[in-house]
Amino acid sequence: MDQHLLSIVLLTPMAGLLVLLFLPAKSKNLIRLWANLASLAGFLISLPLVSRFQTGVAGFQMEERADWIPTLGAHYHLGIDGISLLLVMLTTLMGFLSILSSWNAIQDRTKEYYAMFLLLQTGMIGVFLALDFFLFYIFWELVLVPMYFIIGVWGGPRKLYAAIKFFLYTLAGSVLMLLGILTLYFQHFKQFGFYTFEISDLMKTDLTLGMQQWVFWAFFVGFAIKVPMFPFHTWLPDAHVEAPTAGSVILAAVLLKMGTYGFLRFSLPLLPRASMDKTIVEILAVLSIVGIIYGALVSLMQQDWKKLVAYSSVSHLGFCTLGIFSMNPNGIAGSVLQQINHGISTGMLFLVIGIIYERRHTREISEYGGLGHVMPRFAVIFAIAMLSSAGLPLLNGFIGEFTILQGAFEANRAWAAFAVTGVILGAAYLLWLYQRTMLGQVTNGKNLGLPDMSFREVAVFVPLIAWAIWIGVYPKPYFDILRQPVTEIVERVRPGYFQAGGQINGGQGPGARGQGEAARSARDISKTLRAERASFPRPRPAAAAGTPPGPRPPAPGGDR
Amino acid sequence: MQLWLIPILPLAGFLINGLFGRRFSKGLINAVAIGSVVLSFAWVLKTIFGLGELSAPYTEHYFTWIQSGIVNIGCDFAVDRLTVVMLLVVTGIGSLIHIYSIGYMAHEGGYYRFFAFLNLFMFFMLVLVLAANYLVLFVGWEGVGLCSYLLIGFYFDKKFATDAGNKAFIVNRIGDFGFSLAIFYMVKNLGSLDFATVFQRAPGASEAVLTTIGLLLLLGACGKSAQLPLYVWLPDAMAGPTPVSALIHAATMVTAGVYMTARSWPIYTHAPAAMDTIAIVGIATAFFAATIGLAQNDIKKVFAYSTVSQLGYMFVGVGCGAFSAGIWHLVTHAFFKALLFLGSGSVIHALAGEQDLRHMGGLRKKTPWTFLTMMCAAVAIAGIPPFSGFYSKDAILLAAHQHAPWMYWLGVVTAGMTAFYVFRAMFLAFFGDYRGHEHAHESPPVMIAPLAILALLSLVGGFLFNVPHFLAALFPALAESEDVSLMAISVAAGLAGVALAWLMYVARPGMADSLAAGLRGLYTWVYNKYYVDELYDAAVVKPVVNGSRVVLWKGVDAGLIDGSVNGVGARARNLGSVLRLMQSGSIRSYATWVLFGSVVLIVAMVAVEISLVGGAR
Repeated sequence: MDQHLLSIVLLTPMAGLLVLLFLPAKSKNLIRLWANLASLAGFLISLPLVSRFQTGVAGFQMEERADWIPTLGAHYHLGIDGISLLLVMLTTLMGFLSILSSWNAIQDRTKEYYAMFLLLQTGMIGVFLALDFFLFYIFWELVLVPMYFIIGVWGGPRKLYAAIKFFLYTLAGSVLMLLGILTLYFQHFKQFGFYTFEISDLMKTDLTLGMQQWVFWAFFVGFAIKVPMFPFHTWLPDAHVEAPTAGSVILAAVLLKMGTYGFLRFSLPLLPRASMDKTIVEILAVLSIVGIIYGALVSLMQQDWKKLVAYSSVSHLGFCTLGIFSMNPNGIAGSVLQQINHGISTGMLFLVIGIIYERRHTREISEYGGLGHVMPRFAVIFAIAMLSSAGLPLLNGFIGEFTILQGAFEANRAWAAFAVTGVILGAAYLLWLYQRTMLGQVTNGKNLGLPDMSFREVAVFVPLIAWAIWIGVYPKPYFDILRQPVTEIVERVRPGYFQAGGQINGGQGPGARGQGEAARSARDISKTLRAERASFPRPRPAAAAGTPPGPRPPAPGGDR
Repeated sequence: MQLWLIPILPLAGFLINGLFGRRFSKGLINAVAIGSVVLSFAWVLKTIFGLGELSAPYTEHYFTWIQSGIVNIGCDFAVDRLTVVMLLVVTGIGSLIHIYSIGYMAHEGGYYRFFAFLNLFMFFMLVLVLAANYLVLFVGWEGVGLCSYLLIGFYFDKKFATDAGNKAFIVNRIGDFGFSLAIFYMVKNLGSLDFATVFQRAPGASEAVLTTIGLLLLLGACGKSAQLPLYVWLPDAMAGPTPVSALIHAATMVTAGVYMTARSWPIYTHAPAAMDTIAIVGIATAFFAATIGLAQNDIKKVFAYSTVSQLGYMFVGVGCGAFSAGIWHLVTHAFFKALLFLGSGSVIHALAGEQDLRHMGGLRKKTPWTFLTMMCAAVAIAGIPPFSGFYSKDAILLAAHQHAPWMYWLGVVTAGMTAFYVFRAMFLAFFGDYRGHEHAHESPPVMIAPLAILALLSLVGGFLFNVPHFLAALFPALAESEDVSLMAISVAAGLAGVALAWLMYVARPGMADSLAAGLRGLYTWVYNKYYVDELYDAAVVKPVVNGSRVVLWKGVDAGLIDGSVNGVGARARNLGSVLRLMQSGSIRSYATWVLFGSVVLIVAMVAVEISLVGGAR
């Protein structure tokens, strides 16, 4: 089974779905149990990915490749690198937890509901594993369908509006992305004489800058809507508010990351010159920063608990895209890490809302207040989720934000300065939400008799809190996993970046402290950096001919 | 040396009490909470004796925390003599306040929660002090902010308390805006965040960069240490239980900014403009807050503004290059201000929650121990020799005189005002006739004992702990000056303040009211804290709130973006309904369309034919 591990991970939810179809629709508990088991199996079976993954190995691992539609040049090609590894693990865990959290929430059409979730699960894993554009596009679109039904069937009062808006918005984006893919596809045919959707082949296509730019914008629309970046975000609050809890969790935790993943996997490596185009980078960075501040400010004003968290996602995802377009190791590594972090913390926040919604069936913030008296366990868990989202050190959010902002600062000081205001506002909207819902006296009599969280409900949060603390306290394994793929992306977009001294003391582990550092005085460093800034974004000439070419090997950390 | 044990012990206390405290008896909660802090204090003492002279910093590396790109940050702790001073203050005063809290919190709800948060605070404060690089320091920095938020809002069913908590956290985040940017600057321009490396490289960096870093760090310090213009959260923070005000908002956390700027002296000495700014911010805050303190009637508010003012003095010390004098004042202030707060807590406890000075009076007979101990703190803060405050304040004022004489004179005036408002509070509370209704009683011994220890320290702490001597090797030396006349002037100012307070509140009790009536406009302005809160509200909070609601959310989001999205949808539907007219189901209409289409096609084909033929010729 070893050489087919990726396929097994991909198809486990599908297998669960097939069995589910034969279960009688009336025995709801059996269906629930089976869906939970299937998704738990999906998570457990993905764990060997972590142990078998080799840190620091170039390119993709555990690849599987078979011809699929030879006449089109489409392949069944899966592979995993550090970035997709983390996202797949996030998907399998969040998939299981959101299915677990649905036990009481979904009472009608149970069978269809779980079927949709398992289908969704396969689609999302496929997006993160596919190395063939055709296959990728199939999964990308496949995700759309179950999500549409989850919102449209099991959603709130305006579910149809929200579902259609979600569907049309993202479909419009995907169609443009398809045009971009086809442009690449035919250009490749022109130059090499054979048709292929293989990404590694398409990367060899030589496009003019103008052509790259056009394909970039086509991709951009597809990915930016998914992320969502300002000003393509207005589908998100509606979709979140109307979706059932588990739908919101998956939507925020995983679905949005498909957009950022698309930028990292396709836009940057396939279109390196357009990605480094000064205008494009500036537009995207500014849109990200607008998203950060705008999302936070609008979030501050929301009267609806779920809408507030939805807008906070716009703000947080702004950090992720800002990291990507900083185009340096810190920015990109921080971005991937923050994608995971956002999955954890915003996932928790939506689960929190789900718990209170199951009890009161309203999300109006003004309906609540003083819940801390009635539900002390809930108050603690909500507080941890809030602090993780607000970027408190020793919890996950801080590590991601810090690394992204450091990367953004290296690219452009002003970007970082503006983005940091998002951190201030982040504290403001979350603390205010917490105050209005949990603190004070119980003003609404309906809240007096609310039961505190049950064992199952607490159990859903335990792995997420543990993960949040792990990333916050010891994030080194994550940076180790990400170093190789991030280096490859930066090297692809900015050839020569690492020779030009972009990595000042990347190789400086605590053990290596003092060596070679004294040789290079601080003034030298800042001079190099100033020179580098001046030449941004063009690749550096061979200024440092003495250093060996190619990406540096991963830093020899002192405690390895 | 296992430095990590120092913060981990309180963290363990937090976890035990936080997770299981609900089911514990009070005795068990006390044992865990106080035990962990006292053990931590003991471990500090053992560490200090084990480390000996400490001529060079002692560092421990635990693991690599963040390693990405050009960033490499270890989880490292370090101890040098400055750390030793801070460790002793934090764990020593911390232990006393924990013990005091047993008595103070005895009748409050959420007993285990209070001690769990207090232990968590100790953990983060010790991380802050032990950190060997700026990011670990930042962990403690943010963490103490969180605990401050949790403890200010401890009485979480009261809206003003939770409002104050939010305000504290958000204003601190504004300061952290500066701190984070300073960190990014350091990584980019100095290539490290380790204190040792940064300070070694700082002299080589350009002055512009160092000035920027220094000013950004100062912004962070202004948030945490409640300096102008970010001081507004500290007076509100008095909504928390009084031991919290003593520990967090007087003795330890709020001094973190002073500690951090003093720690960063190698950056500041190469950035004179930034240092001048520190001194100016400090003296301005000291003066400004003291004037507000003159007119407050809430006993805790008086001491809160006093704290802001005294922190300003510490910044004056740092800004004038007298780093060790700033730290000295930090230490003595921790003694006497913790005592003032704990003492006022004892008064409040005695009066069942009364905080208004106008409803006190004559308490020296009813609570004699509280009166005596607080008197020790009062003479110390008034700068009367030979008590502790005199030494450190005098050292700062001397340095200020060397730096810029006007700062010295402003400092002297502030010293006079300080003596006045502290003794005003003392006289109003303890002298004259009792004006309240509660039956006052003295506090239990568990509260009096910490007061007594702090009283002793306030009296003799100045010459017992010669902090500048202890830190002499650490900081650059300042030119020696023993100007007795300058000293005499500042002492005279203090005595004058005491005398004036005596005159106005004991000898001629009606005088204060008639003075306030005479200067009604000025008095109202000062009494209302110069309306700074109202100003910030109108200039910052309201525009942000209304702008977000009206312009961004309703205007841009719902109106512009969603409007155009739905507009596209509506137009598509309109187009569809026009096209639908064609699908009428009437055969004749279809036939017409077929005919029309055929004609168009034929015309087009002919046209193409012609153009092709024409092209061929």
